[in-house]
Amino acid sequence: MLIPHPLLGLRDAQEFTYLGDARLIDRPDPSAPDAEAAFCDYVFLRDNPAGVHREFWFHEQGDRSWLVVTRDTVTHEVLGAELARDAALSRTRCSK
Amino acid sequence: MKFSGFRVFAEALKGHTGWRPLWRNPDPKPSYDYLIVGGGGHGLATAYYLAKTFGRSRIAVLEKGWLGSGNVGRNTTIIRSNYLLAGNEPFYEFSMKLWEGLEQELNFNAMVSQRGIINLFHTDAQRDAFRRRGNAMMLAGAGARLLGREELRAMVPFLNYDNARFPIKGGLMQARAGTARHDGVAWGYARGGDSHGVDLIQNCEVTGFRLDRGKVRGVETSRGYIAADKVGVAVAGSSSRVMAMAGMRLPIESHVLQAFVTEGLKPTIPGVITFGAGHFYISQSDKGGLVFGGDIDGYNSYAQRGNLPVVEDVAEGGMALMPMIGRARLLRMWGGVVDMSMDGSPIIDRTHIDGLYLNGGWCYGGFKATPASGYAFAHLLATGAPHETARAYRIDRFARGHVVDERGAGAQPNLH
Repeated sequence: MLIPHPLLGLRDAQEFTYLGDARLIDRPDPSAPDAEAAFCDYVFLRDNPAGVHREFWFHEQGDRSWLVVTRDTVTHEVLGAELARDAALSRTRCSK
Repeated sequence: MKFSGFRVFAEALKGHTGWRPLWRNPDPKPSYDYLIVGGGGHGLATAYYLAKTFGRSRIAVLEKGWLGSGNVGRNTTIIRSNYLLAGNEPFYEFSMKLWEGLEQELNFNAMVSQRGIINLFHTDAQRDAFRRRGNAMMLAGAGARLLGREELRAMVPFLNYDNARFPIKGGLMQARAGTARHDGVAWGYARGGDSHGVDLIQNCEVTGFRLDRGKVRGVETSRGYIAADKVGVAVAGSSSRVMAMAGMRLPIESHVLQAFVTEGLKPTIPGVITFGAGHFYISQSDKGGLVFGGDIDGYNSYAQRGNLPVVEDVAEGGMALMPMIGRARLLRMWGGVVDMSMDGSPIIDRTHIDGLYLNGGWCYGGFKATPASGYAFAHLLATGAPHETARAYRIDRFARGHVVDERGAGAQPNLH
């Protein structure tokens, strides 16, 4: 698999390590009353879809940036990639 | 139809005209007491024990494709019970004991061959850890033997004992471990279940669950609605997809695991050898092919095929361990989709939906568990209580903090 790094162009997936579902970008509020249950879901439960999946890849053997890669889990086709930082900044969590 | 040596002889005289199909191919009835979703090793074993051991009737197995078309025919056929943790070892040893009596039980040749497994170690710390695991195995009655370097060399002289990075210092052996004919296991359980009245329904994909006030009423399938009191799901690899139809999210990611087989060679490898440090394990099939594999690819996948970096990693591991296999030509390679659970251990439990049960999360080790998994799941479905060896495999263990982390690697599937 080749991952289209937004800064470095096409890079071999071997240069990356994998973390999984990019929904982990939305960390639960630790001071919420249901924080314990929310963190349990956050740590352990996954959607695990067959098809398009947004997921974290870490460019460990490269520029050490975190990417959010969109990939099809049925065909392994890589559909796109963006910097995780940009993905986080576009979320309300990091808008302040 | 009972199989025996006499029967083979008699059929030979009659031109083999008396053999009959191993099971019926019935259409689904409108309702059953027990529905098992998934006609693989675990599902078929569940149906068999439910009918035979627990005396239940009105049972059906629903299979999307043909029986045994998933991971039961894609694994590397190893059976063993060399675990450490108290939540695991009695369960896998129960499975090992069922393997030892399986062929007589099923009257079917599953080619169970107890040729032994050796886990190699390379450091003092690893030797200590393996000694501890061997003690845990002996406490559970599984038997274990710690082999020194020279003892090991006498048994398997062809290993590279002086590898610069991982010199071999010895191994932990379980002599009762070995291999089995994986398709034969599925066929044996299917035939056994069928002869006890289980309906094996193929080409019947479950497309949804019918739920009513927190209880399961039946399943929607590609061959119509089927009502059932209890539904057991045993579809490892696709557990998340099937349980999502009941609105559940699971502590599971689906990953791809690759396996390889070479052309047939004369007998060279006496048992199963695992080289954990080099991400490589190997055995030799009865047909002569070297059967080997390594790590999962490490990213979510439903593709049933992997990518070349892991092929290279496995080949490097093999060459580092036994340089002689560089002369063998690879015949086939394939991938299977496995349920990687968050702690590396399976789930055999009821769900929060009354009458709906889950058997899954087998990671890359489901085959060896097939008999005990089927037995424990049947026990759960029939009695409502977990089998005594499967009590640790509750689905709520993650929330309670009682994970069964055999590798000690933490809550991250691609680390197990």
